[in-house]
Amino acid sequence: MAYNLTVSPDFAPDHISGWYFFNTWLQRQLDVGVHLELYDCFEQQREDIRNNKVDLIYANPYDASMLVREMGFRAIARPQARPDETVIAVHVDSPINTVEELQAGITVATTDDPDVHTMGMIMLEPADLDGSNVTTKEVDTYVIVAKNLLKGEADVGFFLKDAFDELSDLIKNQMKVLVSSQISVVHHSLLVGPTMQEFIPRLEERLFSMHKDEKGKGVLQSMNLEAWEPMSEEETEFMIDLIDTLVIE
Amino acid sequence: MSDQDTGECREVTINYFDGTSRVATIVDREVPYPDGKLIVSRTDSKGIITHANQAFVDMSGYTRDELIGVNHYILRHPDMPAVAFAGLWETIEAGKKWHGYVKNLRKDGSYYWVKATVIPNIRNGKLVGYTSVRRKPSRSKIKESEELYATLM
Ligand SMILES: Cc1cc2nc3c(=O)[nH]c(=O)nc-3n(C[C@H](O)[C@H](O)[C@H](O)COP(=O)(O)O)c2cc1C
Repeated sequence: MAYNLTVSPDFAPDHISGWYFFNTWLQRQLDVGVHLELYDCFEQQREDIRNNKVDLIYANPYDASMLVREMGFRAIARPQARPDETVIAVHVDSPINTVEELQAGITVATTDDPDVHTMGMIMLEPADLDGSNVTTKEVDTYVIVAKNLLKGEADVGFFLKDAFDELSDLIKNQMKVLVSSQISVVHHSLLVGPTMQEFIPRLEERLFSMHKDEKGKGVLQSMNLEAWEPMSEEETEFMIDLIDTLVIE
Repeated sequence: MSDQDTGECREVTINYFDGTSRVATIVDREVPYPDGKLIVSRTDSKGIITHANQAFVDMSGYTRDELIGVNHYILRHPDMPAVAFAGLWETIEAGKKWHGYVKNLRKDGSYYWVKATVIPNIRNGKLVGYTSVRRKPSRSKIKESEELYATLM
């Protein structure tokens, strides 16, 4: 029987092949069949998670909450030095220089990435903006968020900071950052489902030394990660509690 | 900066719920909330601080060592009405999430406003403490809160 691995749909498309390399690496380390299933959208992935079709997942912090508290998953690893941070940007020629100058009625370009969207909305609060007085335009990728700003089809855009940093200079130079979050304790994590608990000791042993050998290092690089770090149960719970305080009701 | 800022100093005795008190120097000067940051702390079930992130340390003006192990009321500003905190404790002790605007007192006597959310931390069905996460409030909410709290004193 093969297990199913999946990845939060918010990773940069440039690193898709990296996840296939990781999947191959994983099968060798665990000596079992693992199938990598990628999704374009969060909703479809969540439905499969709820239907127990996922055994191992690299999840965004928002989904980690459901996975741990409702589905019995355990977070075992997080990427080193890769916190999830959010950037709010405007067109470089925009007269706006701070969030507080933004006015009700603006259009926000955003993705369906739950963390970035939530954090973006929180960073608009100092301007008295919320779901009731901004128009959100949900698009598929951060490149499209940027294009909306450049074409004047949106006033502000929300970006995952990593994705923003990876945009081409040509695009980045036409935008201006109003605010960039500095939370540092909210990040993606690798979670193991109830069906794969027996593999945890072996998985931990291999993951945490992965960056020390040439092959492992190459795989990490192709995923744009440096190394895996252990994540304790309490760190996971803390992160989930923190996310809970941010969810807008 | 708030309209209420005068930069003036005054000595105020703050009485805490547990019968203790201290004389604090209060300076009417607001320190702006840092953009993009969350101020995070955790307490045990009694409100004793067990964790503070760097933004908390920076904004409070205390060192981490001065914060860990003391009651969260170390940040209590005398302009905050007691009923606000009574509501906080009633809510979280009932296992629910609390939101509110809080004026906090820094070690140097100046203050900063936050929009705070406090939630109970449940582990294996048991309450082990509380987490508070603060974010930047809007000027209009600060003004509203200043006016409201003045009537509740
Ligand atoms: C997690 C948590 C965070 C708190 N944060 C603050 C705070 O930032 N500022 C504050 O004045 N009180 C805070 N409190 C409330 C204090 O425990 C205390 O009730 C309050 O300062 C009023 O003091 P008093 O009860 O002695 O009158 C917090 C309580 C909890 C449980």
